[in-house]
Amino acid sequence: MFKSIKVRTSQGRQYIADPRRAEPVGFRAAPHVSSTPCEAGCDACVEVCPTQAIALCQGADAVRIDLGRCVMCGDCIAECPTGTLSASSVFKLAAAERQGLMVGTARPVPEPLQVSAALHQRFGRSLKLRSVSSGGCNACELEMHALSNVNFDIGRYGIDFVASPRHADGLVLTGPMTRNMASALQLCWDAMPAPKFVIAVGACAISGGPFDGSEALERGFLEQFAPTLYVPGCPPHPLTFVCGVLDLLGIES
Amino acid sequence: MATSHPVVLAPVDTLLRHELEPWARLVEQRLEAGNRVVTLFGRLDRSGGVLTTAVVERAEGELEVLRGQAAPQASFASLTPRFPAVQMFERELWEQTGIVPDGHPWLKPVRYEGARQQHMRDHPFFSVRGQEIHEVGVGPIHASVIEPGHFRFMCHGEQVHHLEVQLGYQHRGVEALLLTRPARALAPLVEVIAGDSSVAYGWGYSAAIDALAGTTAGSAADVVAGIALELERVAMHLATLAGLMADVAFLQGGATYGRLRTAIINRTMRICGSRFGRGWLRPGGPRFGLTDHLRNDLKATLAAFSRDMAEVNDLVVSSRTVRARLRGVGVLTRQVALDLGLVGVAARASGVAVDTRVAQPGALYSGRPVVALTEPDGDCWARARLRMREVDESVRWIASVLDEPDLHRPGTNRRVRGAVAPLQPDTVCVSVREGVRGPVVQVLETGGDGRLVHYKVQDPSLVNWFGLALAVRNNDISDFPICNKSFDLSYCGNDL
Ligand code: SF4
Repeated sequence: MFKSIKVRTSQGRQYIADPRRAEPVGFRAAPHVSSTPCEAGCDACVEVCPTQAIALCQGADAVRIDLGRCVMCGDCIAECPTGTLSASSVFKLAAAERQGLMVGTARPVPEPLQVSAALHQRFGRSLKLRSVSSGGCNACELEMHALSNVNFDIGRYGIDFVASPRHADGLVLTGPMTRNMASALQLCWDAMPAPKFVIAVGACAISGGPFDGSEALERGFLEQFAPTLYVPGCPPHPLTFVCGVLDLLGIES
Repeated sequence: MATSHPVVLAPVDTLLRHELEPWARLVEQRLEAGNRVVTLFGRLDRSGGVLTTAVVERAEGELEVLRGQAAPQASFASLTPRFPAVQMFERELWEQTGIVPDGHPWLKPVRYEGARQQHMRDHPFFSVRGQEIHEVGVGPIHASVIEPGHFRFMCHGEQVHHLEVQLGYQHRGVEALLLTRPARALAPLVEVIAGDSSVAYGWGYSAAIDALAGTTAGSAADVVAGIALELERVAMHLATLAGLMADVAFLQGGATYGRLRTAIINRTMRICGSRFGRGWLRPGGPRFGLTDHLRNDLKATLAAFSRDMAEVNDLVVSSRTVRARLRGVGVLTRQVALDLGLVGVAARASGVAVDTRVAQPGALYSGRPVVALTEPDGDCWARARLRMREVDESVRWIASVLDEPDLHRPGTNRRVRGAVAPLQPDTVCVSVREGVRGPVVQVLETGGDGRLVHYKVQDPSLVNWFGLALAVRNNDISDFPICNKSFDLSYCGNDL
């Protein structure tokens, strides 16, 4: 008993009071693209990027980064001779459209999410999620698991991970979607009662990420059931997920 | 005494090429002599034949590479009936190259790759006959937020007679992909082979590339990488302990281990930007060193951490309910662990002192030794206790090296391109790192032009999954979750 009280006392208060205002010190998000012009002819970032997330174009939007592909490795920042690309710890990166993940010179971070009135009405007070890892490397899975720990504590917003797809409103998809998981994923989705939606978590789920191009993937599911929310990262910071869902559903924090 | 190294280079022309059967007999001799087979695999040759490779740990930790050659579809007398430690290697060799280990008692694909994808029903499960025998199938999708895999139990009432672990659902084609990109730019891909072991994989890969390029990252760089690895070990042991406490409904333990893990991975993130240590280690050395500020930050964190960790361990260990749930459950005897060639925590918790940081210490661990801890009992309790003790040992090791000079140097956020010299052609490079589950083995082979012709990845889970299968025998099926969590093996590391 005394031991338990001691541990409880040391525990103190661990929850992040307001995830929207948290400061994950040191977090390396996708690079920030500044308006500093690139050196003529330089394509060092494009060459070094492991996931072909960067495109160089003519005109005002000179450097474009696809957050759906970026694994936030920072290699391009180290290569950039002009400082056009720099480190950023902005974690509010989720988007409701695939196109919304395209950032660059013209728009360095995604537009803030708009509250979906329909989702707010249906799930704003209670959202049950079923996680399916389809080739996930256990980093996204651990971060999704961390959402329920004492730090992020998404239970306080009425958001929970549930065991049965029958109880689930949202499918949290991680991993690049392997062929060997294709039928299990479909079964799980079919077992979820409508209304339901997909949340794609991590570069792998969104674009295949570092595994894009592998013969072992089968990503047809996403063509049929487009995600309602995209949560980029490799893995995404739990705060990216929390803020994405809270913003989309219009939940106060 | 010469120091055994975790990275070994073997120029292909120095390797004798044995015919398949003599090669297998050579491996058998090593096993008879009590040597451990670290890995064994094959690859298709350009001429359509198959080249086989076995890496054996000789006495004094020296790693020996044995090479064989075979015609397509050739067969050899399986070593598994006498030495079950190679059973998964033989299955994988057969799956990947078509070479048949004749007489293998359970020749089934490991992960259903290539043309066998989605053909898991082509191979029936092991079946146990008898009255009142029934089967329980679980997965691939499980109740929690975890990776997929299928577990098929053959039960008598509540008791498990046999468990067949059927994996492959996570197969992403890693080994094939690794050959499609430039050898020195593979770190971001290697780091996601098993994402909870990003550091072990990233470091092993980087060290292999450095060795093939004939460069060394230097002593300070090694120490920084060593710190990264121990931080990863601490974080993952805490994740396992938190899960285990949740599984036995000891919620205070779960909550506390969970937040202690947060403190550790956030500290890792302060150093390198990622809670999983991604982007920290690269060929040529770590991209982030430890400035005085980071070093002091880490010291303060570890001091506070050790205090709280000791407190919660004390609470957990003295809790009667936890002991009652974990003691005597999922027992794996020392002999079985040895026979199966288990590695890492799974082996050490059954009294087998295997640890590549001790067996292949190299320059880093020779002067800064790690203690290979063991527990005698081989049950869930032993695996939990061992994780607690290994956390303490990792923290001790980090503290003992934190004051070394020049730890800030490796950093400077080095550039990636052009950092590495050309790779030595026609060479096999074996690189081993003791990750949280055991040795992460990566074997790279270059061709005549210095490009990679083969990249073999072997996660410790490949052999350890069978340990779980045997540990649950004669246990209640309801104890499976805690057995599984106490091993905490990797699905994607197995499936590649
Ligand atoms: S940080 Fe993102 S955009 Fe930059 S190189 Fe890495 S993956 Fe590519």
